[in-house]
Amino acid sequence: MREEILELLAEICDDDLVMEDENTELLESGLLDSLAFAELLAELEERFGIVIAPSEIERSDVDTPAKVIALVETRRA
Amino acid sequence: MSFYDGFPFFLCLIMILLPAVILGIMEKPLRYYQLCASILVIGLVLHKNPAEFLNLILFYVLSVIVVKGYLAIRRKYGRVEILYYLAVLLGLLPLILCKVAPLFRVSWFGFLGISYLTFRSVQVIIEIYDGVIREVPLVEFTAFLLFFPSFSSGPIDRSRRFHEDWSKVLERKEYLTLLGDGVFKILLGMVYKIVIAATVYRWMAFLGSGNVWYLNLGYAYTYGIYLFFDFAGYSLMAAGTAYILGVRLPDNFKAPFVSKDLKEFWDRWHITLSHWFRDFIFTRFIMKCVKKKWFHTRLQRASVGFIINMGIMGVWHGLTPSYIVYGLYHGVILALTEIYQKKSKFYKKNKKKKWYQAASWFVTMQIVFFGFFIFSGRFFEVI
Repeated sequence: MREEILELLAEICDDDLVMEDENTELLESGLLDSLAFAELLAELEERFGIVIAPSEIERSDVDTPAKVIALVETRRA
Repeated sequence: MSFYDGFPFFLCLIMILLPAVILGIMEKPLRYYQLCASILVIGLVLHKNPAEFLNLILFYVLSVIVVKGYLAIRRKYGRVEILYYLAVLLGLLPLILCKVAPLFRVSWFGFLGISYLTFRSVQVIIEIYDGVIREVPLVEFTAFLLFFPSFSSGPIDRSRRFHEDWSKVLERKEYLTLLGDGVFKILLGMVYKIVIAATVYRWMAFLGSGNVWYLNLGYAYTYGIYLFFDFAGYSLMAAGTAYILGVRLPDNFKAPFVSKDLKEFWDRWHITLSHWFRDFIFTRFIMKCVKKKWFHTRLQRASVGFIINMGIMGVWHGLTPSYIVYGLYHGVILALTEIYQKKSKFYKKNKKKKWYQAASWFVTMQIVFFGFFIFSGRFFEVI
């Protein structure tokens, strides 16, 4: 699942860097803009069945690949 | 009396804020005082216009019914899309009627601030659907909806953020800091609006007196500068007043004229409006498109998203050619910016270089000020 999430992020952020380092900063670097954020939420619902409303989390809650993985793990548990 | 304008309002403001300061320093809750102050000030501003006052009451009653009604439905039936859209539509109905009415040369449902109040009630409906709002206490909702400092033109607060201030009683030290920041914001806002905007307005009036290209150019720049100081000044005064009442209204402007591209501009200009649109229209539209696979490529999806988002923002300002074109103009250029930044090798290679950033800033400012020129209505007078 970890791999799948990283692949998804690499696709959305249009950068393979996120696959190499789970602590890549996604906001300041401009990798996760408001468009990518929306795509991420939609894909998490489509691929992992996790419904997260856009108002439920801030972009800063998912500003590294590690945080996205942690979010998916807690939601699935 | 009108909001943030003229001696009677400011005198009234001082008299209303003084007891709040005393309560705050004594570490007493400000919530009920703040609600009473809102009702009193709105009454004072609208009392000469009974029709508007009546419309406001109707709007308030309808909002409460829709919000409370939808909450009950959501609890019973869960996330049912059709019911959700129906609730949003009902929440928007007064605003839609108010905006459409001028086309038929009549006036329906209008009152000062309806556009801004609608944001607040619709946000609550949407977040009830999301499942992040599970309760809507009537008194708190009333205070949130009618909060007088931001009643007429924002900044647009969010109910869950408002709730934090509503449910908290500040310690003296914390309140004094908030008070200091509030007073500073009000004074700075006064300088912006009463000193700078009023001065620039005179130059603008002079430049607007003729229809020659260089006068129009001067008008476009001075209009943009006027708009900023007038609106940012108002927003600062609104936020400052809210602070003194213990409510941390969000900031509306963050140095918009340093933006290096149009996306950055909308993170700095009328922030509470653009972020409202981002969170409740753009993001949701993109998510829908991803799930329904409506477009072949990401860039198509993003472009349509930007144009729809900004188009609605234009329409929200009013159903006139100037406002609609203003919205579409920004939507199209945001879409082009997105395509350029994702596709251009030149951009990726040079975006961090100083000369590129300077050039990008200059181009962005021309786009922004031309946008203001459209917004001012003068573009359609000139052509």
